[in-house]
Amino acid sequence: MDPMAMTCKALLENLDEVLGFIESCADRFGLKENRKFGLLIAVEEAFVNVCHYAYGDKEGEAELVCSGDGGSFVVEIADRGIEFNVLSLPDPDTTTNIMERKIGGLGVFFIRKMTDDLSYQRKDGRNILRMVLHAHDDSATS
Amino acid sequence: MEIISRMEKDTAVVTVTGRMDAISAPQYQDKLNEMITAGTIAFVVDFDGLDYISSAGLRGILATAKALKIKGGQVRFANVRGTVKEVFEMSGFGSIFQVHESVAAALAKIG
Repeated sequence: MDPMAMTCKALLENLDEVLGFIESCADRFGLKENRKFGLLIAVEEAFVNVCHYAYGDKEGEAELVCSGDGGSFVVEIADRGIEFNVLSLPDPDTTTNIMERKIGGLGVFFIRKMTDDLSYQRKDGRNILRMVLHAHDDSATS
Repeated sequence: MEIISRMEKDTAVVTVTGRMDAISAPQYQDKLNEMITAGTIAFVVDFDGLDYISSAGLRGILATAKALKIKGGQVRFANVRGTVKEVFEMSGFGSIFQVHESVAAALAKIG
């Protein structure tokens, strides 16, 4: 699959457009439905993080690139905001009761759970999060 | 996302359809908060028509559940299926919340 890219302002109102783009790329690649669902959650979490934190009060852009790498589907989401590795955040405790359960932390948890390989890179003033899903491995959503 | 509510005696049955994501989740929270403020403290949330939920949706669910708990109220979920169920289980929500096979089964537990 040839790489496909989109760029938009890092604003929550663009979430539908972003997920629509990812879905059409995943369909073109032939990603299975259950994997695609997990991927959409992971991309939403990553995009929402960029919207909330990358640029502070200023406006900036989010860049998304989808590509095929052998049997794997790859999504990269990048911003030119402050340096931040979302993968440095700890997972939430998923075993506590309602009152003790913390509100935050689930976003990065889903990014980890829904992908097979995950990496972060700070390069040329950009935060780049690379998410990889193996086409023939259902482990991340089973 | 669409939210419709009806009363069954003192329990609000809230039907959520569509997608519960970072854009739409606040609607859920606002709707339930409005009803909690008006005095409703028992809820059955029907997810039969819900086909997507992200962490923003779970945050809304947790925030309203906490608000209800403080008032001595409760929320039960019905028809949590497919991919939404996967998300519930993965996040631990499947074990911290009461999940039922049907709205009728959830209502029966509220009594």
